[in-house]
Amino acid sequence: MNIRVDNLTKRYGSQNAIDHISFEVKSGEILGFLGPNGAGKTTTMKIITCFMAPSEGDVRMGDYSVLTDAETLKKRIGYLPENNPLYLDMPVIEYLQFSAAIQGVPKEQVKGRIREMVRLCGLDKEKHKNIGELSKGYRQRVGLAQAMIHNPEVLILDEPTTGLDPNQIVEIRELIRELGKEKTVIFSTHILPEVEATCDRVIIINDGKIVADGAPSELRKQASGAEVSRLRIEDGNPNSILEKLRTIDTIALADYNGFTFTVESKRGETSRREIFKLCVDNNWVITEMSPIERDLEEVFRNVTMG
Amino acid sequence: MNKIWVIAKRELSTFFDSLIAYILLIVFLGFSGFFTWLYGSDVFLTGQASIQPFFAIAYWTLFFFIPALTMKMFAEEKNTGTIELLLTKAVTDRDVILGKFLACLTLVAIAIAFSLPWYLTVWWLGPVDHGAVWCGYIGLLLMSAAYIGIGLFASSITNSQIVAFLLSLLIGVFFLILFQVLANSVSGFLSYVFDYLSISTHFESITRGVIDSKDVFYFLSIAVVCLVATEVVLSQRRLLDR
Repeated sequence: MNIRVDNLTKRYGSQNAIDHISFEVKSGEILGFLGPNGAGKTTTMKIITCFMAPSEGDVRMGDYSVLTDAETLKKRIGYLPENNPLYLDMPVIEYLQFSAAIQGVPKEQVKGRIREMVRLCGLDKEKHKNIGELSKGYRQRVGLAQAMIHNPEVLILDEPTTGLDPNQIVEIRELIRELGKEKTVIFSTHILPEVEATCDRVIIINDGKIVADGAPSELRKQASGAEVSRLRIEDGNPNSILEKLRTIDTIALADYNGFTFTVESKRGETSRREIFKLCVDNNWVITEMSPIERDLEEVFRNVTMG
Repeated sequence: MNKIWVIAKRELSTFFDSLIAYILLIVFLGFSGFFTWLYGSDVFLTGQASIQPFFAIAYWTLFFFIPALTMKMFAEEKNTGTIELLLTKAVTDRDVILGKFLACLTLVAIAIAFSLPWYLTVWWLGPVDHGAVWCGYIGLLLMSAAYIGIGLFASSITNSQIVAFLLSLLIGVFFLILFQVLANSVSGFLSYVFDYLSISTHFESITRGVIDSKDVFYFLSIAVVCLVATEVVLSQRRLLDR
């Protein structure tokens, strides 16, 4: 099911939590929703899941609108809220039964669905414990299991990996990627590598506005602009090497920190061949030449710090 | 209807999984049993085969116990955030409210049903006015419905269970005592209004063995008004603020 967010605005008093944002997510797409704390990620998700109404604008999924068809939509959405609130006094299995019943899963399918979820989320050992006795990682899995119990077409996950250890994070990411093949998934995070590892597309939101939108690789390209390399050159006097480097036309900046040279080319230019030639001509030995890739972290800082 | 029952069932099993249900049953039966059989104007003192003392004491115990049942209903869910999970499932706000209402009413009905052996015992002791007894039970249930409505409403407007508890007692005390006091201290039309609003007026007339549609309407309308108010409170989050 496609999700179309159209001019969505939510005001709290005079403050805009989200400010006229629009985007679209296609079926089978995993959208990473990125932003600093308080940017409006959770508010957007609460509106998409029909928990809150927008002050302005609309969210449409398929032919349905959150404004008028909440009842229909809620059956098709699986939601893992921020901080993963659960009934801690309930045993895992009972809670999943409750979730299935309340989501209208037909009685004869409930057992099968629960078995499937227990397997998918790796809950087998813990399924008879009370949720309150589980570790944070397992609670998160219960949260995911309840969100998917009715096989929804849309999955909204609000920071699904917070509080998990690195192994669990990898597992949850794999799970999300697996699910994303047939469902529409939106998940929010403020952990950048997570987005690169999982998403087809990233939207960065800051102060209630969308500040970047694209595939993770595209965004990285946007940010990198100029080629930056780290060099280690031996068998020469660093000062003269630096001087010679600066004479190369395509190089905008060259610097030496005592061990390595950092060379930034002019925009759109590459200078690696020139550097190689220069070193050959002078009998210097290049022991390292590695591109410094700008990562999303930098994109993120650039677009959110202004 | 199905969804309402799913929610009610979960609430009920929470009551019985925690100690709440058992404590309620024991304390309710203990208190009312003590005053029915052993203390004050009990059966042996009055020498009459009547369980009116039970109704009189249940009238008070329910006033305290029902807020203890209802206080967590919404306040706790709001506090822990589970309300968000619940209301984004395929249920309406009304399903949730009615489910919780039904769960509380069922538990109170179970508590009241456990007092039936007293009725049978008294019956064995002497002639009982059966009509009055059954009316009394119906009156207790109706009054409980009204208290549960009040309790759910109080619970829906706060995150704190204690606040919810005290608030429902506060609202309850108006219906239980203060309206009666007010009715006696003013005169004319206002006195009539306050008298009408007082629970005791209606409860007494029912336990005398007369089920008047006016009294039934009174209790049910308190419950309904409170449940509607609860729904309004819950729907606040979905209001378009322009």
